[in-house]
Amino acid sequence: MKNRFKVLRAERDWTQAQLADELQVSRQTVNAIETGKFDPSLKLAFKAARLFELGIEDIFQDEAAS
Amino acid sequence: MDKLKADSNNYPTRIAKGSLHLLCWTATWVATTALAAFGPRLIWDFATLPTIFAILVNLGIGFRMILQIKRYVQALDELGQKIFLNAASITLGVGLVCGPSYTLLASQKLMSFQPEIGDLMMLMSLTFVAANYVGTRKYR
Repeated sequence: MKNRFKVLRAERDWTQAQLADELQVSRQTVNAIETGKFDPSLKLAFKAARLFELGIEDIFQDEAAS
Repeated sequence: MDKLKADSNNYPTRIAKGSLHLLCWTATWVATTALAAFGPRLIWDFATLPTIFAILVNLGIGFRMILQIKRYVQALDELGQKIFLNAASITLGVGLVCGPSYTLLASQKLMSFQPEIGDLMMLMSLTFVAANYVGTRKYR
């Protein structure tokens, strides 16, 4: 699964630590999501969508579909 | 950016607190294990009542430590839980596979010494630490 975490974070000028703090996860988790090493749960994906004020499909894309 | 924050207690602080609690309970359990193991010989000259009491205290503290481990894992974020679960499953597998083989070596008289449960505990502890380290590095 591809995601736009890094781009969206950079657009808002947030650090990984700030984003991790908002999502209540570790900085390692944010980094692992950004590098595509870890796919978040639906719960965390919805939380990120609310934070970025976007739809889930605007943040996460299914690689098989693209 | 504060809209989603439920409280001022952020993730690293919560995990640090949880780790400290877990460390305290683990240290207490190790201490009570040592008391139950060496107390009869070194302190109360094999008296039955203190020995039973020491073992019961050790068991009680052990169960409290298990509860603290459960709370710690529940407080981890989803990546932390995944790394922990992987490490725990590898540790369980190593314990289940190596334990019987180790006792077989002794029962077939291929070892000069008797197997001790402490050896298996040490192997499982080292396996967990190594698996946790590898898991953490994998997602770095």
